[in-house]
Amino acid sequence: MNSTYTPVAKGLHWLMAALIIGLLVLGIYMHELPLSPEKLQLYSWHKWAGVTVFLLVWLRLAWRLTHRPPALPEAMSPLMRLAAHTGHAALYALMVVIPLSGWLMSSAKGVQTVWFGVLPIPDLLARDKELGNLLQLVHKGLNITLMLTLAGHVGAALWHHFVLKDDTLRRMR
Amino acid sequence: MKHLITTLALGAALSVSLAGANAATFQAVAPEKSSVTFSYKQMGVGMDGKFKKFTAQVNLDTAKPAQAKGRIDIDLASIDTGSSEADDEVVGKSWFNVAAYPKASFVLKSLKATGTNQYEATGQLTIKGQSRELQAPLKLSPQGALTGSFVLKRADYAIGEGMWAKFDVVANEITVNFNLNLK
Repeated sequence: MNSTYTPVAKGLHWLMAALIIGLLVLGIYMHELPLSPEKLQLYSWHKWAGVTVFLLVWLRLAWRLTHRPPALPEAMSPLMRLAAHTGHAALYALMVVIPLSGWLMSSAKGVQTVWFGVLPIPDLLARDKELGNLLQLVHKGLNITLMLTLAGHVGAALWHHFVLKDDTLRRMR
Repeated sequence: MKHLITTLALGAALSVSLAGANAATFQAVAPEKSSVTFSYKQMGVGMDGKFKKFTAQVNLDTAKPAQAKGRIDIDLASIDTGSSEADDEVVGKSWFNVAAYPKASFVLKSLKATGTNQYEATGQLTIKGQSRELQAPLKLSPQGALTGSFVLKRADYAIGEGMWAKFDVVANEITVNFNLNLK
């Protein structure tokens, strides 16, 4: 049994961590801005990064399914194991559905996503203002769920590291 | 008798030639079946919108296009960009300045036939106090659907000033499409 994650898994974990935290901060900041060229620019960047996460998460899922991660620390209770697995499953699910909800929202709001301003991503929905507003709420709700799940994820990692003093966090180094 | 036959023959020939040219006269526009839309690029993304209110006057005898008259007056506040935030923005001072210039107008100066059911219109486009002459190719279906489009440069009319003046986010070229249902 490996005692650490593969370099690819670690690379994807930290790359996506940086992208997702950046996306969260940008998303919270940009939607309050009054309309300006900068706002439109930030929205485009947010969408480009979101599409990137959406592509990377599939790569990451494929890697995860073909490369067994190190086992959880033996001292963990069944309840803690269940919490860990549920948390990780929720993070994967959110990494898929959050970009998807953004993509659908963009389509419904009539602003196609063009990845890095070059590659047009097909619109999945026809323009529909009300549906667009609803999807905006869905995107927001999912992101609040993500922030809470991330808080649990980071909190658990720090708890393992500083309180339980096991090597859970170090395995992702 | 011979005179009468000649007259009838001439009359028949004349009506055949008129029918062959599909000559028709149009004197009004059905606004509910007409549209004025526009499209442009924003951050490399194709965007489009429309104007919900406009009036159009047309007087066209397809046998005499040179004598055609026409104009379109667009109520700029009726813009629908697809986003209420953008609708509120573009009626403001730096875009259309609707308070001072509520309408955009296109006044036909000359019309010439360029082919079957095809014309070229030359006219004066006035937006935000700026007037420029432009040409637009037109197509007219025998049923009276007049369609055409032209590309304007928004900077020519000071549409999008100040922080919007650069073209890196909102492109300079705006395509305007119109579809007028003539009666």
